[in-house]
Order: sequence, then structure tokens, then C-alpha cells
Amino acid sequence: MSKGKGDKAAEIRRLMATEGPAIEENTKGFNEKRKEAVAGLENYEELRTQAREIKEDAIDRLPELIEELRESVEENGGHLYLADDAADANRYVREVVADEDADRVVKSKSMTTEELDLNDALEADGTDVVETDLGEWVVQLADETPSHLIAPAIHRSRESIAELFAETFDPEDPPETADELTSFARERLGELIRDADVGVTGANFVTADTGTMALVTSEGNARKCAVTPDTHVAVAGVEKVIPSTDDLSPFLELLARSGTGQDLTAYVSLLTPPVDSPTLDFDDDETPLSERDSDRDFHLVLVDNGRMAMREDDQLRETLYCIRCGQCSNSCANFQHVGGHGFGGETYSGGIGTGWEAGVEGLDTAAEFNDFCTGCSRCVNGCPTKIDIPWINTVVRDRVNRGEEPEGADFLVEGLTPDEEPGGLDLDKRLFGNFETLAKLGSATAPVSNWLADTAPARWALERVVGVDARRDLPEFRRETLVDWFDRRVSTVSDPSREVVLYPDVYTNHVQVERGKAAVRTLEALGVSVRVPAVRSSGRAPLSQGMIATAEDHAHDVYGSLAEHVDAGRDVIVIEPSDLAMFDREYERFLPEASVERLQENSYEIMEYVYGLLENGADTDALRGGDDAVAYHAHCQQRTLGLEAHTVTVLEDLGYDVVTSDVECCGMAGSFGYKEDYYELSMDVGDDLAEQFTTPETGDREVVASGTSCLEQLDALLSRRPRHPIQLVAPR
Amino acid sequence: MATTSTTLSTFEDALDSLGVDCTRTTAEAFATTLDDVVRDPAVGVPLPFDVDYPESVTVDPTAADLERASTGITPASLGVANYGSVLLPSTPDGAEPVSLYPELHVPVVRASDVVPDLPEAMDRFGEAASDRAESSIVATGPSATADMGALVLGAHGPEAVHVVMLDE
Ligand code: SF4
Repeated sequence: MSKGKGDKAAEIRRLMATEGPAIEENTKGFNEKRKEAVAGLENYEELRTQAREIKEDAIDRLPELIEELRESVEENGGHLYLADDAADANRYVREVVADEDADRVVKSKSMTTEELDLNDALEADGTDVVETDLGEWVVQLADETPSHLIAPAIHRSRESIAELFAETFDPEDPPETADELTSFARERLGELIRDADVGVTGANFVTADTGTMALVTSEGNARKCAVTPDTHVAVAGVEKVIPSTDDLSPFLELLARSGTGQDLTAYVSLLTPPVDSPTLDFDDDETPLSERDSDRDFHLVLVDNGRMAMREDDQLRETLYCIRCGQCSNSCANFQHVGGHGFGGETYSGGIGTGWEAGVEGLDTAAEFNDFCTGCSRCVNGCPTKIDIPWINTVVRDRVNRGEEPEGADFLVEGLTPDEEPGGLDLDKRLFGNFETLAKLGSATAPVSNWLADTAPARWALERVVGVDARRDLPEFRRETLVDWFDRRVSTVSDPSREVVLYPDVYTNHVQVERGKAAVRTLEALGVSVRVPAVRSSGRAPLSQGMIATAEDHAHDVYGSLAEHVDAGRDVIVIEPSDLAMFDREYERFLPEASVERLQENSYEIMEYVYGLLENGADTDALRGGDDAVAYHAHCQQRTLGLEAHTVTVLEDLGYDVVTSDVECCGMAGSFGYKEDYYELSMDVGDDLAEQFTTPETGDREVVASGTSCLEQLDALLSRRPRHPIQLVAPR
Repeated sequence: MATTSTTLSTFEDALDSLGVDCTRTTAEAFATTLDDVVRDPAVGVPLPFDVDYPESVTVDPTAADLERASTGITPASLGVANYGSVLLPSTPDGAEPVSLYPELHVPVVRASDVVPDLPEAMDRFGEAASDRAESSIVATGPSATADMGALVLGAHGPEAVHVVMLDE
């Protein structure tokens, strides 16, 4: 389903209108419950650490664990087959089904068999395949694909399911309520399971020591599929193998909580097949169950299909630690609005879907939806195995940019050269990735550049050539940058308590110069001596376009410029939260450990720093207080770093009455909202925030936000002009 | 390790918040208690405890009995106090289907087999899995689905669970 530019926007618009509302309601419900469920777990972080360690170890020792598992399974009387790819796995399952002369296979939901297209393969042989998970059955009846890792029919409302049942079965008394729909499905499926010849399930975890598989479910259909027919085939990716039954409990405690917010799902089946249960024939009115035989066949099909190569890939390996809880989909604002049919590939969807698709399907498939991840990092703290999901998306984007070869040259170096051969990288990516150069050019030629950029022909060209949506206001470059302004002024601090370097991010330096000036005035008023040296941009912009080598180049330069200041005992103050997040997270990938630690230890977000100064006795009266009513929106990465509270506390201590948005995402996330394909989605996501800030309680409040993209988005969404919080507290 | 009274009350509270009834009984009173709990027709698998089933329960049923039954009674090897879960071993006399097919499931667990938490339960399960390839279900409340637009109990499995806790 490769799409041209206009088609993509149209497809997003269609999904937002049809599937979006149900997905948004359901995923937000999961999130709420997750927060409660996780808060109720004393040792949550400890469990995440354990889970991560077990996965790291298991993937590391995978070949050896698979051999141990083979022995366990065979000792129990089952068979283990290691399949290279989809065709190999399907061939094996088809043979088992043929050996059983099976007319019908009943299945319990399994993403791995979706990946293999196993149903198609079996149906081609004339076998009747029935999905028994209620959501998955709906998807099968509608001839759709699952739109979520754990809730396949999340995109459908109750009404649309009722319509589907009515159309498909034309029943006398069509079911309508959730209760009626459920019993309708249970009755039909119950009959089908009863007479089935083979049951196919997935497996959430398989333990090498005992050959036990864990199936995490709620409905009871997995148990029925595994135990009612006398032949059970379990299909699972090789990454599901963990060393021992002792390792199960951290995963079980985390899985349901992270996904749907339940403590445990109704049933966790721990099957060490072939199970002892007698085979069932419901027409048998003679033999007591204890005298029926339990002659059962069990086949475990472990699927490689690209996973062993992912294991060798330093960047994609982490994807194999995923336990498919769906948290990263639920917590993603873009996913909430388009769902897995937009934000997904052939099989896998959501944040980690890119990594999976890149690994099992290939870069082309991953490329189709990789752009939906804006790198906002909202999903990061909720991943049970602590996978850096945005990083995986960045890596995949980088590989997509370069074409197939991971070792290709970084063709985009310096300079804005949209007329040159783009070497595979989209022009829009080059433009946004090079925002620093653009900003320099813009400031040097302001106000002409602003005027020019705003003319109709220029906007038309921007949209046509690089996909900048004409409906979005462009930043206005300032002729005098913050660094220039600072160079020409004299410090007002004679006996400084501390010395700092204010990091002049591109936006503060070229566009939002006022917030930079406010930061300088605030720090000086609190007795801090400030320097504003010209430092290169953090590399966030190229990074978010997947230009990793360019971003790394920035990291080296930034550290080079700041190291001397850190050595001199100066703290580094950052205004833009996404830049601080860059120092805090991504720089670990680019710089030596000692360097990154020094930088991290000495860098602070501006309001965090002000908070610290005030806590340490600086004089509140030096700052501007007020009893104004304020509506505050924290930046997504600021929240991931746990820095939201500092701003709120400082504002409140100065007398402001603060209301905070609990909508985490402004919908903009860097350059996302500028892009023609994503403009409408960006506004749709942003609507939730606009709504919160236009209620009777918030409608008249002064709007403040920490991040550049949030400020721009709020500017587009509201008639009030938002400001950075530092501008409220800075002395005039 | 003896089960403490705190563990038992945690178990009872957890069951309560899952909407699962719990009746505590002794070996002597077991049959009468069960008579009150079950919906007819009731089937049960032989219990590994020193108790007698009431007349009303068909013990060691046929598959056809099972299909007609409204209640299924099975032993639970463990209770998990903080989650209100019970571990249901799969046995050759059909504990798995008996716990799954009827609309009401009655697991019988000894008070002394209630453990505080999941790691402890998994520890015990791990031994059984390596000693005798045991299969077991960690069941927490009735079967449920939210796939049809609202939470509905009894999707494929029982819609109600009533735990009988036995003091031996
Ligand atoms: S990446 Fe993490 S959060 Fe996302 S589905 Fe996998 S385990 Fe869950």
C-alpha cells in the first residue's frame, strides 16, 4: 500500500474520521488504567529492570536456550520445529494439519501467525480456519487486519460490530448490546471449537528449562483451543524463549498492567504439553472423563523469519526484548488518532511496529509508517522492558534515508542544497534536518526572508518542493540573534553566586529571542553570571529526520564547545526541553561515557535551575510575581525526564494560579505539523489540548508552554499568544 | 511455610474486589457448603482432599454430563493472595475442561495452600513443571472480554467463580 504524497494525507484523513474515535477512546482508557495499575505496584521499576535483564540474557544465549528447550519439549513427548521463514513454518503446520486429516483448525489470537499469513496458507489447502478470540473473529469476518497488538478490533465500535454480525449472519433477532454480541459470538464459536481437529495458539513466553509455555489471555478461548482438539500447534517467534519458569513472574506482573491496566488477565495458561487432560467427545455419555484417553499431539513451531539477523544487529536487537504489551501504541498521540491501520505495516503496528517490520518484513514496509513516530518519547517510561522505542524508529529512518545499505555515506552534510541530487533523502527531510542553516540564512536576511517566505509563490513552492504545509505559519526569523544581543551588553552581576552557560538553541537564538533574553535577565536577577556563546545546534532536528551521522557530528561539536565551560565549573542551562532530552538520552549513543556523564550532570532545564536557585535561598522578590491565572502545557520530553513539576512550583511560589494540561501531546512534535501529509493529523491531535485550554475555567488564562513546538502549535490552535514560562517570571 | 491469617484476609479481599464469592468451610461441613454453592446440574472431578462430595454433584462425569452441567468443581493447587488467583492443574480426570466449560466454576483450595504472591506461586509451579511436566492455569476472576464495546463476563469460559476455601 505504497502511497503518493496526496494519497497519504487522504488516507490519514479517512482513518481519523472512521477508526480514530473508537481507537482514541479505547487507548486512552487503557492508559488511565495502566497508570493506576502501575502506581499500585511497589516494585514496578525493579520488575522492569529484572524483565530487561532476563530478556538481554535470553537473547544473548538464544541458540543455546533453543537447544535446551528442544530437549525439554521432546522429553515431555512433544515436537519442536525451528522454522527459517514464513514459508517453512507454514509448510510444517500444513503437514501437521494434513496428517490429522483436519477439516477445521481453531485458532487463538496470535500476531506471529498473522506475520506468517498462516490462515491463507491453510485455507488454500481447503482447511476451514476459525479465529476464536472475539476481537480477532470480528477482524476475520470483516476481512481486515488487526489494528493493535493486543486489541485487534480496537478500531471498531459496538455499533459497527453489530452491523457486521447482522450483515454476515442475517440472524432473526440481531444482537445489539455488548452482552448480546458476546453470547452470539460464544455460541457460534463454541460449536466450531467443539468439532475442530487442530487447535493453533501463539505463546507469550516459552521456558527452556521445562518446555512450559505461557499464554496470557482473558477470554478462555486459548485454553479451549489448546485442550479441546487432540492436536495442539503453538507458533511463536524465537524471541519468546526465556531461560526458566522462575523468570516468568516479572513478565506476568508487567504484561497486562502495561497493556490494558489489569493486574493479571483472567487466565494465564502455563502449559507443559502434551497436557494430561483427556480428549473430549461431547457425545460420549458412557466413559467418565478419567477413563478417556489423553493421547495428545503437541508441536511447537519456533519462527526465525528475520529474528536471528535482528539479534546480530546492534541497533535492532532491542526490538526482540518486546513482549508485545501494546503500551507504546496506547500512549502514542498519533496512534490514538489513526490507529494501527495507518500507523502500522503488514503485521505490526505502533511505536515498536517499525522495529518489527524492519526486521521481519524489510525496510520498505517499515518506511511506510515510520514517520508517524515523532520521537516525543511519551512511550519510553512505560515500556516494561525499557526499550528505547524512539531510537529504534530513528535508526530505521536513517536506514530508509540511505537506502538499503547500512554502511552508506552520510550524503547530507552542511548547507541547504535542495536543488542538488538528493541521494535518496526526501527534500523535506533535508529541509527540516538542516533547520540550523535555514535559520542562519533567515536571520541574516530578515526581515526580507520573512516577507519572502510568506508570499504566496514562496509558500506554494515550499509546499510543492519540500512539503511544508501552506496552512502552517512559518517561524519569523529575527535579524538580531540572542548571541548578537548578548555580545553587545554588559553583565549586571558583580559578585556572582554561580556561573552558567545559557545554551542558545536555534529557535531561541533566531526566532524566540525574547525567551532567551528573559532567561538571561532571570538568571542575573538571581545573582548568576551568564554567558551565551555561539554553540552549534544539538542535532535534534537532523536526528528527528533520521540523519544520525549528522546528529552525531553536532553532538561532538556541542560537547567540544561546552566542555571547557563545564571544566570551569559552569552549569549548562537549556531552554528547549528537547535539547536537554538529547543531552540526556541520545548523546549516550554518540559521546564517550565520561563526556556524556559530565554534560548530563551539569545541564539543567531553565525552570528546573530557577527552582534550584530559589530552593537554595535565592531571593524570590527579585523575580516578577503575579496573581495571574495561567494555563500551562509541559513538553512531552520534559515529562519523560520528570521535569514538569519544577515549572509549576516556581510559578505557584511566585503567586501564579496554575492549571496544567493533562493532555500530554500538543500534536506538533518538532517539524511534524509543518509537513503537508501530517498537518491535519497534527491539528487533530492538537485539538485535545485546544479543548482543555478553552473551557470556562481555562479560556481566559494566559497560556504558557515550555517547548518550541508546543508554543507554535498552541499559537496555531488558540487565539491567545502563548509564551515560555521564563517570560512570566523574568524581571522587566 | 504456614499461611498466615493476613495472607488469608488479603486473599479474601482480592477475591471480593474481583467480584468472586468465597466461602470458607471445614472438611466435615464441605458437602453441605457445596450444596449451597452449586447451580444444578453440577459436575466435579475427584478432589485430592479428605472430603466427600454431596449427592447433588456428579463426580467424574462423562463428556456429555460436562456439556449439560451448570457448575464445575475442581481442585486448586494454590491460591495467590494479592491477586485473588487460583492455580488450576490440568489432570487426567479432566480438571481443565470441568473448570472451563460450565457457567459457574467452583475451585476448592486448602487455606494452607494460599501463598502471598505470584513469585512464590511460580516458584512452586516451577517445581511441579520440572518434576512431572505439570500444566496449570493461573485463573483470576471469571472469563472476560472487552472486545464487544464493553466489559462482558463469560466470554468463552465461566461467567462466575465461587472459591471454596477448605480448612483441613
Ligand atoms: S516496545 Fe515495549 S511498550 Fe511497546 S509493545 Fe513492546 S514491550 Fe510493550
